[in-house]
Amino acid sequence: MIAYLGRRLIQSLLILLGVSLITFALLYLLPADPVRQIAGRSATPDTVENIRRQLGLDQPFIVQYWHYLTKLLSGDLGRSYIQRSEVTELIVSRLPASLLLMVGAILCELAIGLTMGLIAAVKRGTSTDQTLMVASFVGVSAPQFVVGLLLLYVFAVRLGWFPIGGYGSWRHLVLPSLTMGILGAGWYARMMRSSMIDVLRQDYMRTARAKGLARGAILFRHALPNAILPVVAMIGIDIGVFMGGIVVVESVFGWPGIGQLAWQAIQRVDIPIIMGVTLVSAFAIVLGNLLADIIAPFIDPRIKLR
Amino acid sequence: MRRFLASTVAASALALMLGIASARADDAVDPNAKQGGAITITYKDDVATLDPAIGYDWQNWSMIKSLFDGLMDYEPGTTKLKPDLAESYEISPDGKTFTFKLRHGVKFHNGREMTADDVKYSLDRVTNPKTQSPGAGFFGSIKGYDDVAAGKANSLSGVTAVDPYTIKFELTRPDATFLHVMAINFSHVVPKEEVEKYGADFGKHPVGTGAFKLAEWTLGQRIVFERNPDYWHKGLPHLDKITFEIGQEPIVALLRLQKGEIDVPGDGIPPAKFQEVMNDPEQKARVVVGGQLHTGYITMNTTMPPFDNVKVRQAVNMAINKDRIVQMINNRAVPANQPLPPSMPGYDKAFKGYAYDVAKAKALLAEAGHPDGFETQLFAMNTDPNPRIAQAIQQDLAAIGIKASIQSLAQANVIAAGGDKSGAPMIWSGGMAWIADFPDPSNFYGPILGCAGAVPGGWNWSWYCNKDLDAKAAEADSVVDPAKSADREKMWSAIYDKIMADAPWAPVFNEQRFTLKSARMGGADNLYVDPVHIPINYDNVYVKDVQ
Repeated sequence: MIAYLGRRLIQSLLILLGVSLITFALLYLLPADPVRQIAGRSATPDTVENIRRQLGLDQPFIVQYWHYLTKLLSGDLGRSYIQRSEVTELIVSRLPASLLLMVGAILCELAIGLTMGLIAAVKRGTSTDQTLMVASFVGVSAPQFVVGLLLLYVFAVRLGWFPIGGYGSWRHLVLPSLTMGILGAGWYARMMRSSMIDVLRQDYMRTARAKGLARGAILFRHALPNAILPVVAMIGIDIGVFMGGIVVVESVFGWPGIGQLAWQAIQRVDIPIIMGVTLVSAFAIVLGNLLADIIAPFIDPRIKLR
Repeated sequence: MRRFLASTVAASALALMLGIASARADDAVDPNAKQGGAITITYKDDVATLDPAIGYDWQNWSMIKSLFDGLMDYEPGTTKLKPDLAESYEISPDGKTFTFKLRHGVKFHNGREMTADDVKYSLDRVTNPKTQSPGAGFFGSIKGYDDVAAGKANSLSGVTAVDPYTIKFELTRPDATFLHVMAINFSHVVPKEEVEKYGADFGKHPVGTGAFKLAEWTLGQRIVFERNPDYWHKGLPHLDKITFEIGQEPIVALLRLQKGEIDVPGDGIPPAKFQEVMNDPEQKARVVVGGQLHTGYITMNTTMPPFDNVKVRQAVNMAINKDRIVQMINNRAVPANQPLPPSMPGYDKAFKGYAYDVAKAKALLAEAGHPDGFETQLFAMNTDPNPRIAQAIQQDLAAIGIKASIQSLAQANVIAAGGDKSGAPMIWSGGMAWIADFPDPSNFYGPILGCAGAVPGGWNWSWYCNKDLDAKAAEADSVVDPAKSADREKMWSAIYDKIMADAPWAPVFNEQRFTLKSARMGGADNLYVDPVHIPINYDNVYVKDVQ
């Protein structure tokens, strides 16, 4: 177990290093010049060069990357070119909002997805099953931008049940969580359905039925716990999907998380922020996968850590 | 030494004879204005910084004006200069020395009185390369600027605090724009002790002399301004509090306005909803329309064949159907025929430009040796409506035989292509177009049409460099006497007329501003389309539902 963990940690670090190198190289190769953005339109060529020197952007790629890396190891993500604030401060101030949204999204996708999957499995082959599976397909395919605006229009503008975007209370959280959750719910509904069908076929289920147990008891006491575990173990992997989703969803709902920060930084070629958010996201994804792998054998003893 | 009464730049003869700065008409505060109340403004993007030496974008420009003051300012809602922190000023006959008398008793938000030393410190700071100010270049005419910019000196030798209430500027050349330069945000006065206390984070802890002070800043969420009770301009501001909510999509902001939750969507009416708003009489009544110091144009790289031929450039000017393009963007602009926008001093009303004439354009192209047209590239920014406009231009060009392929790229990439001498044959400037930093005709020349901008990484994307016009521009800017400002404007009109004869640009339109406000907002319409305070003049607006 320890050896496995050690190996996985080293792998994770290598992945993060690779991500940092590739992102840094891509941003370096970008034809846009961040110094021009900082210096503005009235700057003389001297001013531009001066700023370039101060930021160390006149150095060769490898030197720039080395400087970045050494600072990174001491926890310093640098200063934003445009906002002129510490990137760490910007990310830390926005991280709680993104984490909150992620928790909300996970709750939504589990609640909706598992319920849909359960009903579909029980009603297997009926029109209910078919309707639910089509719905899950739509959920997976619908663009989050459209879903977000649609929910906003119906539930906030028309019905007035929730605030129109913003941040602060649980009511603000519902619609963005739902928007993110609908995508995952589609996946979970399909996984839950097949997992449940698999379980329902098992011998011990037949035994339970033969004992004359009530249908509810069979489903909720015997089938559900067995079917749900492998599905729940997937949550760790979801984090990667969420990281992509928050960029869109946070922008639509004015949710002050790191997705919104990343989107603005990309538009303004604010390289330190783009690097910082990419690394934090990569870290979250690596961590999520690692946790999923560690938890898996506890849930399903057939999986062994090697 | 001659004294010019600064508040009335037209310099009435009487005032000149009296030679004193009398009470100024613009000190009068709107008698209908109500005191108190709070408003909410939304923005999509984060506010980068509130440091006047650094802030240079749509959201923070007007915010900074409300937190800080400069020696000069403009009468609310106009482009008319007036003294602000200065009480009066004098300009030497050679136009190279400006002496400002400061107001007594002006206090920073931290309670300390502002003096001439603060003015000097602020200018030394903004020009210091370590500050990395995007506005440093505006101060190029001050003596000692080159040494500071090169890092050889820490202080501008041309700026002297004569006594606590007198500050003197010596320039290397007569500079008619200098009073404007003393009004832009970059010259606003900051207290040294606060800058040193917060260092690079001063932009998040701004302390100035302005009408409002910063009460709260929650990163990525909201910024709250509170009325400065000690503001030197009695009777201002009218509002007690302004809340800026950040991260709101324009379309969401509009929905919230319709529900009465906010007062002004800072990013304006989203294009997709424009018609809907304008077709609704109730909403339309709350839209204020005004000119903007903006021109959208097509640049043609005068160093790249076939655009090195003036006839080709003139043909392109005649080929563009500007009315159709304006219609395409829901008439949110007016067609342009010259670089200067109509609300800019120096705009030549009599100038007709190149009329839309496909036949004549084709004939010119044939004369230039391209009877069958040619192939070229048109660069444009990739956000709506710019790709659509680029397509319209592409169709217009095709009508005279020019086959332009569209390169639709991110803003920074288009800017990079324009700054490369062999990068872009044609660029549609939309999304990056020139909006004046201050309302003076010279501001549309130097960086975008003068030789100084025709350098690698510069903003003169047509690479047009006419030494003769550079000399004429310098001559016009040496006319410092405000009494001769009409002559100076004529000189500038002539310069732009000559530019249009050479046709390095095809001016397409001047954007109009459409500010939507809630029903409770009060104050003159021009405060909501203030040419200097973009989007609105926070100091002078008020709400009608207090008391």
